[in-house]
Amino acid sequence: MTNKNTVLQAIDICKDFYDPVKIRVLNHVSFNILKGEFISIIGKSGCGKSTLLYILSTMDTVYDGDILLNGNSLKNRSNADLAKVRNESIGFVFQFHYLLAEFNVLHNIMLPALKLNKFSRQEIEHRAMERLRQLGVEDQALKMPGQLSGGQKQRIAIARALINDPAIIMGDEPTGNLDKYNSDLVFDLLSKLTHEFGQTMLIVTHDNDFARRTDRIIEMQDGKIISENQVV
Amino acid sequence: MKPGLNLIIAWGLLRARVKQSVVAGVGVTFGIAMFITLTGFMTGLNDLLDGLIINRTAHVRLYNEVKPAIKQPIEYVQKYDHPKHFISSIKPKEHGKEIYDAPRIMESISKDPRVSGVAPKVVTQVFFNAGEIEIAGVVNGIDVLEEDRLFAFSDNVLEGQAIDLDHVSNSIFLGKGLADKMLVKKGDVIQVSTPRGDFVLLKIVGLFQVGLADFDNTQSYTSMETIQKLLGKPASYITDIQVKLNNIEDAPDMAKEFANIYHTDAVDIQTANAQFETGTDVRNIISFAVSIVLLIVAGFGIYNILNMMIYEKMDSIAIMKATGFSGSDVKQVFLFLSMIIGVSGGIAGLLLGFTLSSIVDNIPFVTAALPKINTFPVNFNPVYYGIGIVFALVTTYIAGLFPARKASHIDPVIIIRGK
Repeated sequence: MTNKNTVLQAIDICKDFYDPVKIRVLNHVSFNILKGEFISIIGKSGCGKSTLLYILSTMDTVYDGDILLNGNSLKNRSNADLAKVRNESIGFVFQFHYLLAEFNVLHNIMLPALKLNKFSRQEIEHRAMERLRQLGVEDQALKMPGQLSGGQKQRIAIARALINDPAIIMGDEPTGNLDKYNSDLVFDLLSKLTHEFGQTMLIVTHDNDFARRTDRIIEMQDGKIISENQVV
Repeated sequence: MKPGLNLIIAWGLLRARVKQSVVAGVGVTFGIAMFITLTGFMTGLNDLLDGLIINRTAHVRLYNEVKPAIKQPIEYVQKYDHPKHFISSIKPKEHGKEIYDAPRIMESISKDPRVSGVAPKVVTQVFFNAGEIEIAGVVNGIDVLEEDRLFAFSDNVLEGQAIDLDHVSNSIFLGKGLADKMLVKKGDVIQVSTPRGDFVLLKIVGLFQVGLADFDNTQSYTSMETIQKLLGKPASYITDIQVKLNNIEDAPDMAKEFANIYHTDAVDIQTANAQFETGTDVRNIISFAVSIVLLIVAGFGIYNILNMMIYEKMDSIAIMKATGFSGSDVKQVFLFLSMIIGVSGGIAGLLLGFTLSSIVDNIPFVTAALPKINTFPVNFNPVYYGIGIVFALVTTYIAGLFPARKASHIDPVIIIRGK
C-alpha cells in the first residue's frame, strides 16, 4: 500500500458534525496521493469533499483516523506544529484569492517564505519573481492586489502557494469565481505545473469539465468515496 | 526574523488604517499629555506651598510660655512638703520668656545627628511711633546668616539686603504693610518704644512681605545684637530656639524629647500646621485620578479600534493561518499594532505634556506670599515622564491583549468555508 512516491495518505478518516444533531460527514475515507499526481475530488454539495480537504490541509483537527504527509503522522500535533507543516509543505489556492490588501503583490507572495525563513530576503524576492514569471504576471509585481483583475489575483494566489516548494498544493474550487477564459487559463497553469514541474495537486471542484482534464478523479457521495477513476 | 516579520505585517495593517490609528494614538497622547501637565503643575504647586511652610518655619520650636510654674518655689522647701499652702497674690517675674542657658542648649542640639541646623531668636512686643500715633508691633531678633540659610529669609525680602541687618548697626527690616501704614520707606529712621519704656531710633534697611496681612502689618526683623541692646539684655538672652531637622517626620517625637531634656515648651511643625499635609494629599489624589481616568478612556479607544480592525481583517487572519502563521504569530501582530499606537501616542504625549507644562510655567502668577515668584510653578521631574510612558505602554498592552487573543483564536476553516 505504501509507496516511496506517496506524498499524502488518508487512513480511514471519519468526521461527525454535531450541529444540531449528529451527522456523519466523512465515513471511513482512505486514499493515497502520489508525487506529481493531479487529482480532483468531485461530488455534489454537502458530500463532504471540502470537509475532507480541510482535514487533509491540517486546518481542521477534529476527526478520527490518520493522515501521513511524506510518511509522518499529522495526528496529535500542536497547532503551532501544524502551522509549520502548512507553511513548509502545503500550498493553498481557494475560490477567493485572500491576498492581503495592505501589501503589494510581491510582498504577498513573499510572506509565507519570510515566515519559513529558510532563505535570505534577496533570495526570497528572486524566487517570488521567478514564480510570477512562471505564471506570466511578473509585470504586476509592484501593484497592489486591488488593482488586479480576478484572473490575475488568482494567479498571484497560485504563486503564493508555490513559493515554499510545497509537497502538495490544495485547491478549493480555484476556478469557481472565474469566467471561462480565466478558468481555462488557471487550469492550464495548474496542469503545466504538474506535468512540467512535477507539482502534486489536490483540487476540490464541482466543475466536471475541469475534473475530466485531471489525472485522477475521486468522486464522493454522502461522505464516502464511490469511485476513483484514472483519466486516460 | 520572526518577530521582525510580525512587526512588518503589523506596520502594514496600521498604514492601511492611518486615520483610525491616529485617532487611537491621539487618545493616548492626550491622556499622557494631561497626566504630565496636571501632575507637573499640581506637584509644582504642592512643592511651592509645602516649601512655604516646611522650608521657612522651624520644624521644632523651643520657647517658654508665660505661665505659672507647675511647682511653685515654696513647694521645693522640704519643711513645707505636705501641708496646704495659703500664699495668695503670686505675681510673675520678668524673665519668663527667656530660655535658660540657651547657648548651651543650642550647642547640644546642633550636635544631634538628626538636626540640620539651629537658629536663635528673640521676640518682643514694641510700639512703632509714627507721628502722632503708636502702632503695636513685634520685633524679631534673628541671627541673619543662619536664618537665611535655614529658613530662606531672603525669599521674602522685597527691598534691600538681609545681610545689611548685620552690617548696619541699629537697623530694622519692616513688614510691607507696617511700612505702608507709617508712610516710611527704606533709608528712613523710625522710633521704637520698648516694653521697658525706652525710645530707640532704628534705620530701615529693607522691607519684606510674607503674604499674610496680619504678619506683614505687625512684624519686623532686626539682628540679635540690636534687639538685645533694645531690651537691655545680655548676649545670652534668647527667647526661641528654632530647630531644622533632616527628616521632618521626626519632628513630633523630637519636640517631646527636647521639651523633656531642656525643660522648655516645644512645638513641632505638624502640630502647628496640620492643615497643609491634608491639602497636599488631596491635590495629589485628584491629579492622579484625573490622569488615570484619561488613560483608561484612551485604552478603551484602542480596544475598540483593534476590535473593529480584527473584524475587517478576518480574511487576512485566515490566510495568514492557512499559510503557516500560528495563533501566537497572529496575536503578536495585533499586540504589535497596539503597542505601536501606544509607543508613538505615548512619546507624542510626553512631548505635548512637556510643551503644555512649559506654557503653564510661563503663565504670570503674582502672589503676595512670594515676591520672587512671577509665574506658575511647574515640576519637571523626569519621574512623572517615566510613569506616564510606562502607564501608556501598560494601558495599550492590556487594551490590545483581548482583541489580539480573539484574533489568535479565529478558525480559518470557518472563514474560508463561509465564502
